[in-house]
Amino acid sequence: MPEARIDVQVEHKHAPPPTDKKHPNTCPKCGSHYRDDELASALWVCAHCGHHYAMRARARIAWYADAGTFVEEATGVRSDDPLEFFDLRPYVERLSEAELNTGLGEAIVVGRAAIDGHDVELAVMDFSFMGGSMGGAVGEKFSRACDSAIERGVPLLTVTSSGGARMQEGILSLMQLPKTVCAVEDLHDARLPMVVVMAHPTTAGVLASFASLGDVTIAEPGALIAFTGPRVVQQTTREKLPDDFGLAEQNLRFGHLDAIVPRPEQRAYLARLLRLFA
Amino acid sequence: MSSSDQEQSLRRRLSGLSRLPLLRGTRLDGEAQRLERQLERLQEDTNDEAIWRSVELARHPDRPYTLDYVARFLDDWVELHGDRGRADDGALITGLGSLRGRTVALIGHQKGRDVKERLDRQFGMAYPEGYHKAMRVLEIAERFGFPVISLVDTPGAYPGVAAEQHGQGGAIARSQAEMARLTVPTVACIIGEGGSGGAVAIAVSDRVLMQENAIYSVITPEGCAAILWRDAAEAKKAAAAFKPDALHCLDLGVIDGIVAEPAGGAQSDHDEAARLLADALAGSLESLEDTPGEELRRRRRAKFRGMGVFA
Repeated sequence: MPEARIDVQVEHKHAPPPTDKKHPNTCPKCGSHYRDDELASALWVCAHCGHHYAMRARARIAWYADAGTFVEEATGVRSDDPLEFFDLRPYVERLSEAELNTGLGEAIVVGRAAIDGHDVELAVMDFSFMGGSMGGAVGEKFSRACDSAIERGVPLLTVTSSGGARMQEGILSLMQLPKTVCAVEDLHDARLPMVVVMAHPTTAGVLASFASLGDVTIAEPGALIAFTGPRVVQQTTREKLPDDFGLAEQNLRFGHLDAIVPRPEQRAYLARLLRLFA
Repeated sequence: MSSSDQEQSLRRRLSGLSRLPLLRGTRLDGEAQRLERQLERLQEDTNDEAIWRSVELARHPDRPYTLDYVARFLDDWVELHGDRGRADDGALITGLGSLRGRTVALIGHQKGRDVKERLDRQFGMAYPEGYHKAMRVLEIAERFGFPVISLVDTPGAYPGVAAEQHGQGGAIARSQAEMARLTVPTVACIIGEGGSGGAVAIAVSDRVLMQENAIYSVITPEGCAAILWRDAAEAKKAAAAFKPDALHCLDLGVIDGIVAEPAGGAQSDHDEAARLLADALAGSLESLEDTPGEELRRRRRAKFRGMGVFA
């Protein structure tokens, strides 16, 4: 019998707009959902479709480095607020919030470690700290990583994940481009290799500086690697964008990468490179 | 948000902060002090108008462009075209000429004067091909010991599909690296807009100058406003916040000197603007003349590696 239903739907006058935000553990590509420990043991890669979730800097270091070998450096370098920048909120407030939320001092973690028995210097960016943006502190920490590598005569392994220069530091953040480029040049003069792993996303100021200067450059599958992101290109030029615009796969096809290496295979890949450069 | 709204929200935050016992002694302590200082500064509301005037003058349609200067202060100008790989980029011109009797290599962005030229030159926004061409000319300069002059005038590198496919980010990075390797004297001057990576790509120089009304910034005021204020119309506010004008850049140690312009701005008298610029460029090159190449390179890198502020 067709039931007579009472409409109990409540109309909200101020209903929040429907959001398509998913739980962070839900795969944005295939919708699979995982517990935290499942994701961690799979290196934050979707077991179903291979989507690479963002990987925190410390987790990545723990995965790359031989157990107990990582010694963090330049921990005291923190961002300052040279312009006393205020947009909708003060920059210092955004910094404090990022520190509290991420447990990191800045958007990059640097230090010495060994991978498969080879001494290396690590510089690993973390996107969750203000979008991995590069200000004075990130530039300084990366430069010190270059110096530390030179001092010890070891290769530098850099993992990038960044939205670009940190606008809140104005022109001084733009100057981190030549600053980090000069640091890499010093490393190259010392005949030491730099290997770059580009994680999602590697864009703008970071791509236009040290990230592009690796002797060997690999990327994670599906990572956005672009100087200008798809939204801005679309808005500025009204061009029709190819489906894989700016993705690692397109960058490989156009000759900007040496390889795309899925996360679970990276450690072995890096170890092989380190053996060759040793 | 008007400045009084801003003031109110600052005050709210300040009182909120002072009631947080948990984090006293950490960064928040300094934050409270800084908020107080910001409040004072807001009340002064100093030279935000002057900054915006610079932005407008830097983009003035009659402002002299690179080729206007080249015609006025370089003799025997020979433009060099093409990157030897793919194309010739009209947004970034390169060539050899003689500055007061001495051969120099010049690279510079070039905007267009009329609609057709503007389109041909992509409004001074270079493709990777432009930076490849610049690198080719930098190599020539290094081989023959020619000093390098860079004239920067671009809203930014071209943001297009082909530019990305041809490797815009890598081209900008390698152009900077090439400049960091040179052992010849180099001087750059921002003559209009110094927009972001596209500008710094050719400005890793021993001496970086800025014309009085030029701007040098990490992003256009409109771009910054669109991202941080979520409204491109707030460009004026963004410019006041990130201070792209010459005085502030000098103050922050980003540039080494300011080049005077004729009264009212460079657009009012191209000849006089060119004379003033040529004096400054020649003076800078002269001051670098006696330094050995290796030492030039070492100092250049040390200068850029010292830039930026951190705690």
